[in-house]
Amino acid sequence: MSHDRRITPRLGSDAGALIAAFDAQREALGAAPVREAARGFLAEHGIPTRRSEAFRYTDLAALARFIAPGAQGAQAEARAGAILHPFLAAQGLADVARVVVVDGLVSAGLSVPSAEVATTLVEDADEPGEGALLALNAMLTRGGVSLSVEAGVAAGRMLLVHVALGGAAAAHPRHSLSLAEGASLELLEIDLGEDAYLHNSVFDITLAEDSALTHVRIQNAADEALSFATVRPVLQARARYEGFCLALGGTTARHEVRARLEGEAAIAHVNAAQLGRRDGQVLDLTSEIAHLAFDTRSLQTVKTVLDGRARGVFSGRIHVAREAQKTDGYQLNQALLLSDSAEMDARPELEIYADDVKCSHGVTIGALDEEQLFYMRSRGVPAAEAEALLVRAFLADVLSLVEAEASRGVLERVVDAWWAQA
Amino acid sequence: MAATIETIEAVGAATQSGYKWGFETDIEMDVAPKGLDEATVRLISERKGEPGWLLDWRLKAFAQWQAMEEPHWAKLGYPPIDYQDAHYYAAPKRKPGPKSLDEVDPELLRTYEKLGIPIREQAILAGVEGAEDVEARLPVAVDAVFDSVSVATTFKKTLAEAGVIFCPISDAVREHPELVQRYLGSVVPAGDNFFAALNSAVFTDGSFVFVPKGVRCPMELSTYFRINARNTGQFERTLIIAEERASVSYLEGCTAPQRDENQLHAAVVELVAMDDATIKYSTVQNWYPGDSEGRGGIYNFVTKRGACRGARAKISWTQVETGSAITWKYPSCILQGDGSVGEFYSVAVTNNRQQADTGTKMIHIGAGTSSTIVAKTISAGRSDSTYRGLVRILPKAEGARNFTQCDSLLIGDQCGAHTVPYVENRNRRARVEHEATTSKIADDQLFYCRSRGLSQEDAVGLIVNGFCRDVLKELPMEFAVEAQKLLAISLEGSVG
Amino acid sequence: MSHILTVSGLKAAIGDTPILRGIDLVVPPGEIHAVMGPNGSGKSTLSYVLAGRADYEVTGGSATYGEADLLEMEPEARAAAGIFLAFQAPVELPGVNNANFLRTALNAQRRARGQDEIDAVAFLKLAREAGKRLSMPDDMLKRAVNVGFSGGEKKRNEVLQMALLKPSLAILDETDSGLDVDALRIVAEGVRALRAPDFSALVITHHQRLLEILVPDRVHVMSKGRIIRSGDAQLAREIEREGYSALIQEAA
Repeated sequence: MSHDRRITPRLGSDAGALIAAFDAQREALGAAPVREAARGFLAEHGIPTRRSEAFRYTDLAALARFIAPGAQGAQAEARAGAILHPFLAAQGLADVARVVVVDGLVSAGLSVPSAEVATTLVEDADEPGEGALLALNAMLTRGGVSLSVEAGVAAGRMLLVHVALGGAAAAHPRHSLSLAEGASLELLEIDLGEDAYLHNSVFDITLAEDSALTHVRIQNAADEALSFATVRPVLQARARYEGFCLALGGTTARHEVRARLEGEAAIAHVNAAQLGRRDGQVLDLTSEIAHLAFDTRSLQTVKTVLDGRARGVFSGRIHVAREAQKTDGYQLNQALLLSDSAEMDARPELEIYADDVKCSHGVTIGALDEEQLFYMRSRGVPAAEAEALLVRAFLADVLSLVEAEASRGVLERVVDAWWAQA
Repeated sequence: MAATIETIEAVGAATQSGYKWGFETDIEMDVAPKGLDEATVRLISERKGEPGWLLDWRLKAFAQWQAMEEPHWAKLGYPPIDYQDAHYYAAPKRKPGPKSLDEVDPELLRTYEKLGIPIREQAILAGVEGAEDVEARLPVAVDAVFDSVSVATTFKKTLAEAGVIFCPISDAVREHPELVQRYLGSVVPAGDNFFAALNSAVFTDGSFVFVPKGVRCPMELSTYFRINARNTGQFERTLIIAEERASVSYLEGCTAPQRDENQLHAAVVELVAMDDATIKYSTVQNWYPGDSEGRGGIYNFVTKRGACRGARAKISWTQVETGSAITWKYPSCILQGDGSVGEFYSVAVTNNRQQADTGTKMIHIGAGTSSTIVAKTISAGRSDSTYRGLVRILPKAEGARNFTQCDSLLIGDQCGAHTVPYVENRNRRARVEHEATTSKIADDQLFYCRSRGLSQEDAVGLIVNGFCRDVLKELPMEFAVEAQKLLAISLEGSVG
Repeated sequence: MSHILTVSGLKAAIGDTPILRGIDLVVPPGEIHAVMGPNGSGKSTLSYVLAGRADYEVTGGSATYGEADLLEMEPEARAAAGIFLAFQAPVELPGVNNANFLRTALNAQRRARGQDEIDAVAFLKLAREAGKRLSMPDDMLKRAVNVGFSGGEKKRNEVLQMALLKPSLAILDETDSGLDVDALRIVAEGVRALRAPDFSALVITHHQRLLEILVPDRVHVMSKGRIIRSGDAQLAREIEREGYSALIQEAA
């Protein structure tokens, strides 16, 4: 008996401004049925409000302010270069193959091709997608890259860098990546920018049998930016997705992973560290991991450190389908609140339809351990230093989950820099 | 011996599988016509001889209800409910109190007998004059709500001597209007949610408990809810107030006849605990769950909420939910007083086509408040069970603590078990911990038990009871035994 | 009744893999028989098949318990009839109180035999006495079955169950493994205390040590799913001295 007659209450606000922005750019973007379908979706459903379950803790109301088309041309490239190069140099990444996307448009001039990773340009989305952010991306995207690695090739390391130039512009990059059987790649995705802008990327990842992707994202958006990223890995048998997101930028940011473990013995790691301290900053890690085949495994550790008036969100769902027996699913979510005005909202969900599974989640939210702090201070360590040591220790075990050494080094330096700014 | 113990024996004695309380009682009833409009609300109020303020309160609730939409956020699927296709008032016809058991409607007595309520209490429940004065030192006082109306309450006098008021809420409206007016709707406002608004408009009876300052209620209080009449909704309303340093333990049991159509049960329970008061509220919910194909069964949409108004007040909810086709229920605590304590211990079992979406809300407002949530979910057959809970720590809740443990046990591969917790912490000196696990009954556990001589069903019962131990130990002893047997019966035929 | 257990030509498999390839074994009442053999020879399988574990498929032969066809009986019926398997790896039952489990098992068996149930008070007295004899701390009765027990505690708990359930045929599956010398002695004494004309045991072990105390009436050596040699207690000593390889070669 499943006469489900869920009424969809009015959970969306008007998407008029965004639709008007599309209408104005329609010519320039090039007509495509997918864009029109996405427009139709947004016209019908609007932008979700906090009354909708998916955005209960993250407000999208500001989206409509970001409707300017992104910059392009030589001048934009030069400005982007000025942001990009110092960062890469400081991190020792200048010589690594890369794709650079400026305001949502792939920049050939700033990119450095890889010998092992085939790169082609993508112009539009191939489907409008479910949900407002995906539809918005499909409607307004200026394309992206499609990366692929041939069977059995260990493609080493590659960078995917988004640079945003501000001016309330919106970037909606649309990327895809596919690893053929037995291929492997370490992809370091970095978001940089200045001023106020919207970043709303969609990244579709296809991992064939026995392939392995390490996907480390450093979300280091500008303070005034809105940053949304939707990552959709689909895993075939024995494939591995090693995902990690370090989020510290933006005023409102969400890193959303929707993983589908379709093949037997596929493994997904969806780990993250979120560091927030600015007034009104919201950092949101949302994941939905669907176990759809026998003997699949997912492990998730998300740690959040919040200071000032920042708010952290963890929304994680593990879905285990009836046929996904012997699934192993584990979520750990820990948050440290360092100030009186910080807030953490967590919603770890288990949705289980198979009986022979092991799934669990744990959440702890609280302050630093007073006793540990006191112990350190009684040994002469000043309070601030003691706090820093404990926070670094708290973050150390999630960072250590990144096995790729070079990427982990970058993460550690970015975390150090964040902490030094305090 | 307590009424509840007798019930256990009745349960234990039943051997054939299926629902054991599915009998129907043929009693002369006073039934309102089907349908729900303002006139229905007025009729209920008039039948009960209510004062004007209560009628006004009902009418306001009804107006709010009309403007509301039935909620559908829970993980439940069921055909639309036709709110006009039910009776909103059904009561056994009342005559002046019978002089002895011989004068009592034999059908009513038979019902009590089937429910396992002992004879002396039957006399009391049936309203036999003087029955209460018989040397009677039962540890449990019983209020029986038959369809929408409380038919009798035992031990009123013993309780009155201690200063405790325990009576049908309709009596309380007449005898203690100031208390009812002060507290009714103060924890669950009339317009709180769709089902609470409906209840506020049409509630017909329920229990009222008032424990004054410094009084420990001398016995457990217990209410039996029974839906009997066809096509009636049951909308009882329970209000329990424990003043400063008072304490009370209240037990609630529910059964209903076996019918092919679905029946609606939308109760509201409000608890108020002042400084240092303790209220323990235990439920064994065994409404008819429908047959193995999902025909019939009770739709149980219940709003239960307790307010710890005073410092160090404590409210503890324990529930064992084995019945109902649909369960939508979130007994909650508003922890307002500094140092107040909320607890929620729950076992929810679903089998066949049952669906349950149940959990709790712990709202930490005061400093040093603490809450504990232990939820055990067991799914078998083709059922679906969801734990849904909210822990919210507000900025003033310095040093608040929450610990939540949610465990699911799946029996068979056609069922679902889900956990949807919401954790919101706005105070850094608060600490929230949440753990959840999912498991199954392992084959080697079953074999181990069987190799020691236990039958398959007994082995399942034993393992399930072990799984639920942390909750069952919170129940008063007699209830715990009943609950254990219910668990086993609910899961009959689910393995092998 | 001549024999308590008669196994003839017993074959069993897990899935397509045959494990027992034709076991012949007779245990008369009052006798203790040891089954020895290298790892993977099928000793544990034999114990599971006799206790009725479902993952093993009996593919041939028979096993008779007294007059009854053992293989037709459910595990709980075998237990009620007096068969007890002491598990090599006792199973954990979270939340299930050890004393309650024992009493439930005992009373289930008593019911099946048409005997009166034992009440909680009388039972606890029995259990405490038996526990004391096995040097078990009292709180082991209060804890959940085998949860958080050390290896030695688990084995002692198995022997305690056996002492209370009073089987007529005990199958001890490497009950001595993982025990230190003192624990081994306690367990062995516990089994020896049960020796009686109406008690038989099949003791599966790797080591001579346990048999030094129990002194088996017969010793059987298993290899590759068959009993390749039987003898008296002397055989166990021979194995201790010379190992299995000589025996196995001899049999091949």
